[in-house]
Amino acid sequence: MGDVKISVKDLNLYYGDVQALKNNNIEIKDKRITALIGPSGCGKSTFLRTLNRMNDLIDSVKINGTVIIDGKDIYDSQVDVVQLRKRVGMVFQRPNPFPMSIYDNIAYGPRIHGTKKKSNLDEIVEKSLKAAALWDEAKNRLHKPALGLSGGQQQRLCIARLLAVEPEVLLMDEPTSALDPISTLKIEELISELKSMYTIIIVTHNMQQAARVSDYTAYFLNGDMIEFDETEIIFTKPLDQRTEDYITGRFG
Amino acid sequence: MVTTRHAFDMALEDLQREILRMGSLVEQSIANAVQSLEKQDIQMAKKVVEGDQVIDDLDLEIEDKCMKLIATQQPMAKDLRRIGTGFRIITDLERMADHATDIAKITIRFADQPLIKPLIDIPKMAGLAQKMVRNVLDAYVQGNVELAQEACKADDEVDHLYRLVFEELLEIMQKNTSTIFQATYLLFVARYLERIADHATNIGESVIYLETGQRKDLNL
Repeated sequence: MGDVKISVKDLNLYYGDVQALKNNNIEIKDKRITALIGPSGCGKSTFLRTLNRMNDLIDSVKINGTVIIDGKDIYDSQVDVVQLRKRVGMVFQRPNPFPMSIYDNIAYGPRIHGTKKKSNLDEIVEKSLKAAALWDEAKNRLHKPALGLSGGQQQRLCIARLLAVEPEVLLMDEPTSALDPISTLKIEELISELKSMYTIIIVTHNMQQAARVSDYTAYFLNGDMIEFDETEIIFTKPLDQRTEDYITGRFG
Repeated sequence: MVTTRHAFDMALEDLQREILRMGSLVEQSIANAVQSLEKQDIQMAKKVVEGDQVIDDLDLEIEDKCMKLIATQQPMAKDLRRIGTGFRIITDLERMADHATDIAKITIRFADQPLIKPLIDIPKMAGLAQKMVRNVLDAYVQGNVELAQEACKADDEVDHLYRLVFEELLEIMQKNTSTIFQATYLLFVARYLERIADHATNIGESVIYLETGQRKDLNL
């Protein structure tokens, strides 16, 4: 079954008076891909953001329950949030490269975390671009603006930028929703390759994508985690009628 | 509630209707094949042989529909099981029709000779097999797991009759070697009917998988 990387217990989250997550419990396996699916507003992105405390940035948010990564509660007051976000990185819906060169985009994180030597940075840039399957397309234009890349390339650059700081967990919030089908498939291939090194959690509206890439799938509805199981089971014989209705498109 | 997949639902209903149409042709084909043998009716046997083409065409037509629905609708969960079991059910039906045709061809082969014995257990087997086909198809339409399970119990009776026929024909052949030609073919007929009942059992299993997602072996 593999080791548990992230263990979420009795997690509740409120935006002011509105409860967005209701007593969620889930164990996310190490070096596996877990997909979060559900209709808009169901809490899946909110849940994703609790895993590296991105919700801390919103004033009205209140959270209770525990999120344990590698045995430690990440909401403990001792936790260094910057270090946490280095370990648990995030890729967003729209590619968001910095308005600087491809090279500097990737070197940005390592520089902040203290790597100054050019030869070290060169090595990190090459390794990260290779891991994100962008090296061949980018190697001759490393010092050109990142914004000159196509959307799909930009998203792979964002993944490379994440890998440069050597994270353990990758959170992906609809990482292909702004991409064309071929770029989408390239990202999906990449995600599958990255699985051997990282624990990946992906929010997606594309059910075929969840079915294609993930090992486990969780279905969220109105802040409840309705069903969590192996992806194959969720998509061939879900136990809960609400899951069935959603994945067969009888939801509405 | 707003229906979100009306066209898909209609297509699934159409698929089910087509499978039923194929099923009733197969059921008729089995009935006619055994009747042609009993009555040594060459015309009826020829009709069965010719009719097999219609069933084969329907098999491919339904298979195309299943493929098209997978390609265009990305079915999941029960929709996926419905289409997946569709493939299996038509394959089982097509095999049954082939066996009915085999029986009809045997009718034609010795229609000019008197039968070595009156047929008793073979028509009984045929009646049971036909009933199984009808019941498992009813179970399919109704989504009725219990009916599917119940229908497949008749398979034991068919197997029992097969053993009786086998022993009886063996004895006849041992007593009178001139019966060997016809008796061997009658053994085949019994064997084909036994296989038809097995295919009906497969359909019963498909119905259970469709409805519950669980695999269950009904041929024990």
